[in-house]
Amino acid sequence: MSLTPFVRHVGKCAALPRANVDTDQIIPKQFLKRVERTGFGPALFHDWRFRPDGSANPDFELNQPEAAGATILIAGANFGCGSSREHAVWALAEYGFRAILAPSFADIFGANCGQNGVAPVRLSGDTIDELVRRCRAGHGAYRVSVDLEAQRVTDDAGLVAGFTMDPYRREMLLRGLDQIGLTLLEEPRIAAFEGGRGGGRA
Amino acid sequence: MTRAPRTLFDKVWDAHVVHRLPEGPALLYVDLHLVHEVTSPQAFDGLRRAGRKVRRPERTVATVDHNVPTGDRSLPLDDPIAATQLDALAVNARAFGVELFDLASPQQGIVHVIGPELGLTQPGMVVVCGDSHTSTHGAFGAFALGIGTSEVEHVLATQCLVMSKPLTMEARFTGRRSPGVTAKDLILALIGRIGTAGATGHVLEYTGEAIGALSMEERMTVCNMSIEAGARAGMIAPDETTFTYLEGRPRAPHNRDWGRSVAAWRQLASDPGAKYDRRVDLDVTAVGPQVTWGTSPGMVTDIKGYVPNPADFPTAEERQAVERALAYMALTPGTPLAGLPIERVFVGSCTNGRIEDLREAAQVARGRRVADGVRAMVVPGSQRVKAQGEREGLDRIFQEAGFEWRNAGCSLCLGMNADVLRRGERCASTSNRNFEGRQGAGGRTHLMSPAMAAAAAVAGRLVDVREWEVEFA
Repeated sequence: MSLTPFVRHVGKCAALPRANVDTDQIIPKQFLKRVERTGFGPALFHDWRFRPDGSANPDFELNQPEAAGATILIAGANFGCGSSREHAVWALAEYGFRAILAPSFADIFGANCGQNGVAPVRLSGDTIDELVRRCRAGHGAYRVSVDLEAQRVTDDAGLVAGFTMDPYRREMLLRGLDQIGLTLLEEPRIAAFEGGRGGGRA
Repeated sequence: MTRAPRTLFDKVWDAHVVHRLPEGPALLYVDLHLVHEVTSPQAFDGLRRAGRKVRRPERTVATVDHNVPTGDRSLPLDDPIAATQLDALAVNARAFGVELFDLASPQQGIVHVIGPELGLTQPGMVVVCGDSHTSTHGAFGAFALGIGTSEVEHVLATQCLVMSKPLTMEARFTGRRSPGVTAKDLILALIGRIGTAGATGHVLEYTGEAIGALSMEERMTVCNMSIEAGARAGMIAPDETTFTYLEGRPRAPHNRDWGRSVAAWRQLASDPGAKYDRRVDLDVTAVGPQVTWGTSPGMVTDIKGYVPNPADFPTAEERQAVERALAYMALTPGTPLAGLPIERVFVGSCTNGRIEDLREAAQVARGRRVADGVRAMVVPGSQRVKAQGEREGLDRIFQEAGFEWRNAGCSLCLGMNADVLRRGERCASTSNRNFEGRQGAGGRTHLMSPAMAAAAAVAGRLVDVREWEVEFA
């Protein structure tokens, strides 16, 4: 599946500065029964967003009026830990997030982001703290630019933070490539590998 | 030319690199791809839309586990949405030529239980599955990792995974564990020590005499929870314990292939002097039964411990996380964990749903009664485990004690079927995650070993099973 390339994105921020946000929180299991890649956005952070009676929980960060329309999520360390469910990234993307900024990401979640045109951007804990402060002070007006080409996050008030990303993941995001199509171009090598190991056992 | 000493992981990795891509990652060959109903429908759909086939159907095995009812299995299922997902897998397996162990199959079970018990999982393999607990299979000296659905589609189409080589971390377990202390306690103690992101970006290799002394099933429990330490995978070098377990399993190599395979597997252990990027040591002698008190597996302590005080944590982020966790768990700092009343008990899951786990719980349950007001469930990890348990009379021991004896599946570990906690219920659970809402919205999970969970069922509260008269294996 080819994707919209991610080169540079300028957007409004929302902050969810909690550590170890797991994918069970991002998309609870009762919503994993769909057989499509779509339809998960309305259930994003379901148990935090909604009270047991189904009404919106006004205390939850993304339910604040200031967070409406945000496309960049500022998050805590080890974001996306736990279950491998890609549904978590589908839900974040469908809700409108193009980039997640955090001090660290769980491995599988990071890989899943790269497969869906969502940029997982690792910044230092201090930078994240500063972004959270600016986001809160901005009362819904705080925007940053995430430049994947230059590997830099900037805002209008002088913040400049460089980051690095696995070169392959960055390339996939920058070009919106169809990874399966690319790998299939290596078919002769795969076939030769299989032939070379006989039964194929290690 | 002498070659630099290599780790177990290095050897398995090197043997599977098809090609190194210009940007740095490798195209890694996959020997075994396990598939289940929740993370595969979108992948098969992607193949269909692109007109692609499953490249190696004979290396792909599917089963149903996450969604399946563990009570009445007669069709149609009560849950029509779950039924849609099960049907989708059946249709996809047929259309793409993939073997499926469905609800009616005597081999059906949790994907990480049936892979090993059928002998599909073997040393030196690369094993993937759209499930984070794929790390379980690393107990055999395989490189086994959980992947997302896009990667599932990629492996279906190409039999390869594109991946940058992870770092390595040695977790050396020394000393001898005391009676009543299980593999579950060892891995929980490690996660408590290094944290839930302690091994992010790394493949853990578990070494040391305390690991060598573990049975195959105990090793699976340890490797299963590698992901809870953030690791990409967990591995244990194959040895006689591994070979004895595998010999004669239906899908293990047979006859002349068996000897050849074992000879190759013996070469997999890390070379003396092999370098790991990081190392952590844990003396198991001092480890007691572990119980989690919070909403992350790293929030764990000894059963003789107390609910911690948020003020005692060093960073604002941790203090906030502990406060949130205690509010969710309805716990007050300073409360002893032993004595905490529980309403539910779950014995099962890919962590602790194998026959040895059920035997361990049955040792405690034998001749005792589940406390009034407690609902306790035993959910075997597979239908083969269930049948074995019934041959040994474990079903009678459990049922006479007041436990429910159910059919195989993931069940209350993640509550995708009807097995869920009600809001506010507190559960002693042998599963792997105590996340908020994991076992049901508002449910409160305490992770522990099968023996400890069974003891909690009988006492109606958390107790130190070592204080009971139980013959530990």
